[in-house]
Amino acid sequence: MAAIAAPIPTEPDVEAPVRAFAIATVFWGIAGFLAGVVIAAQLAFPLLNLDLEWTTFGRLRPLHTSAVIFAFGGNALIGTSLFIVQRTCRARLFGGEEMGWFLFWGYQFFIVAAAVGYLFGVTQGKEYAEPEWYVDLWLTLVWVTYLVAFGGTILKRREPHIYVANWFLLAFIITVAMLHIVNNLALPVGDGVGKSYGMASGVQDAMIQWWYGHNAVGFFLTAGFLGMMYYFIPKQAGRPVYSYRLSIVHFWSLIFLYIWAGPHHLHYTALPDWAQTLGMVFSIMLWMPSWGGMINGLMTLSGAWDKLRTDPGLRFSVTAVGFYAMATFEGPVMSIRAVNSLSHYTDWTIGHVHSGALGWNGFIIFGALYWLIPVLWNKKLYSERLVSWHFWVATIGIVLYITAMWVSGIMQGLMWRAYDEHGFLQYAFVETVAAMHPYYVIRMLGGVLYLSGALIMAWNIYRTVTAGKEEAPAALPAALPMAAE
Amino acid sequence: MKRFTHALIEKNLILLGVLTLLTVAIGGLVQIVPLFLVETTIERVQGIRPYTPLELMGRNIYVREGCYLCHSQMVRPFRDESERYGHHSLAAESMYDHPFQWGSKRTGPDLARVGGRYSDDWHAAHLRSPRELVPASVMPPYAFLDRPLDAEAIRAHLRAQRGVGVPYSDEMVAEAANDLATQATPEADASGFSRRYPNARQAAFDADPKVVTEMDALIAYLQMLGTLVRFSDVTPDQLRQP
Repeated sequence: MAAIAAPIPTEPDVEAPVRAFAIATVFWGIAGFLAGVVIAAQLAFPLLNLDLEWTTFGRLRPLHTSAVIFAFGGNALIGTSLFIVQRTCRARLFGGEEMGWFLFWGYQFFIVAAAVGYLFGVTQGKEYAEPEWYVDLWLTLVWVTYLVAFGGTILKRREPHIYVANWFLLAFIITVAMLHIVNNLALPVGDGVGKSYGMASGVQDAMIQWWYGHNAVGFFLTAGFLGMMYYFIPKQAGRPVYSYRLSIVHFWSLIFLYIWAGPHHLHYTALPDWAQTLGMVFSIMLWMPSWGGMINGLMTLSGAWDKLRTDPGLRFSVTAVGFYAMATFEGPVMSIRAVNSLSHYTDWTIGHVHSGALGWNGFIIFGALYWLIPVLWNKKLYSERLVSWHFWVATIGIVLYITAMWVSGIMQGLMWRAYDEHGFLQYAFVETVAAMHPYYVIRMLGGVLYLSGALIMAWNIYRTVTAGKEEAPAALPAALPMAAE
Repeated sequence: MKRFTHALIEKNLILLGVLTLLTVAIGGLVQIVPLFLVETTIERVQGIRPYTPLELMGRNIYVREGCYLCHSQMVRPFRDESERYGHHSLAAESMYDHPFQWGSKRTGPDLARVGGRYSDDWHAAHLRSPRELVPASVMPPYAFLDRPLDAEAIRAHLRAQRGVGVPYSDEMVAEAANDLATQATPEADASGFSRRYPNARQAAFDADPKVVTEMDALIAYLQMLGTLVRFSDVTPDQLRQP
């Protein structure tokens, strides 16, 4: 070939909205962790319900779950995905800066509208799908716009292949749209009342809810976060993804199997047995693709393990994958009906969710932020020492949290089914509540530590972005960290 | 013939998107659709009726306050659970529940069969100040429910319920406001109400018959939970699910 292609003139990526998403992630993270600490404290010390209708556990609990999943996790997902898709496609965001800002403010409006509603008791009464129909409609609009922006950018790409992180992010966006729409089909009461009644009832509603609920975990908190993992870990490690073939196999098997796992939330209920059995079998199979992703993430570090000593941000990302491995092993175990008969309705489930949420989701976000903030602001991170502090304080917090919940959950499950020597139930229900108290205090302390870690991060990030002098852009190879085919 | 490689999918956004959607749609279709089609999913038992207007408003308060976050309504078929709570729950018992309230956590006890287990007075006192009756309880106090129930839109509620499949008759919708007041007023003539809602209980649930409060509605709902099916009349065949 005689001619060498001239360098393509590139417009700068859309980054201002991504910066806003990064800040919002920190803000909502702290808000969500704080809400978690408050409701944990209420379970240990019920006086903290304050005798006010707006501050009861029942109204604050959806505030906590929505704040951490949809506000903290959601802002991190949308922000990083807009960054990743532009970098890996070498294309400017479809719709440009305006698109980015619409997504940002549209999503923040969704969060605030939902949260204010919770405090006033506006809820559909379905876990993780509490917002009423008008907030759901608004989110649908924002989400479809997000799909257009993300897909449009991929269509404009100057790379022949769609990078693996984008497969996961695309699956996350498409599947969440499907789940959100089906689970929220409802008929508004009208007549000046904000309330609505869902289309399905009873057993069908339960199945649809947990099809949604478990895949909020599977696609919002897993597929989307694997997208993050597939971009940031190779970047931090400076190594290509370990195995291209494993990415393909675990991508398709993960998204196929996950969607079947919902009924393990309904073991021994009035859901027909065939559906429960399907849920259990697929949940156990899910262990394999989950660990496929874990192996692909961890093995990307081969030849770069020494960086764990020098890059505390990477330590977060790698520990996140470790927690992912643990939670995706524990999950299939708990989905076995015999185990579930003990664990269901107890704190064991709460502990399981938090090893995933605090360990996997939280830590992968922290790892991504510590890499992304210096890049987005062209500044050097204020303090690596503080990153280390954050890491250890948060890790100890998680350990306290999940061990307390293992003990309280298994203990309560055993107490409920204990018989005395005369063949009577040994404990009244309230005795099992009283027995939880010390563990609820320990769990609260774990939460306080995790929150403290996030405050350390916020300070570190604040000092970083407000520091006077800009650094030369960090070395950012345009080429993709893609495994050889 | 050209061998298939994954690169084909990786280079085509539409193909990737469509294959993804197909892959994630299958599980849900297989698990959800048959539940609407297979008749035996809902057991064929007698006695299930739509909620009375007052019970429905009480149920909405139960949902509003997030009671389901700490109380399940699903007794599992275990010896300890049937001794503690009663007969295991049937799908039929929540067939008119929009949304279902089976719950996922028992910070407090299961409520699927709490109806009739305590007196109205006990419920009112316990809701106002749980720790006065149960010192180790961690439940929030709900004294604020002693305020008038806003039931202006009760007919719209019943119409919307009918829209999603609950068999409220025209008469039930037309009489909704009267039925609501009647159930909370022991002296009121209940002949029409009792015909429309068999076995529904009429009482001054919070001990004050003058005002219909949120407390009245919530207690009316709690007191009917799990009481509709008479298990002495149920045969094993009626309970058979696929």
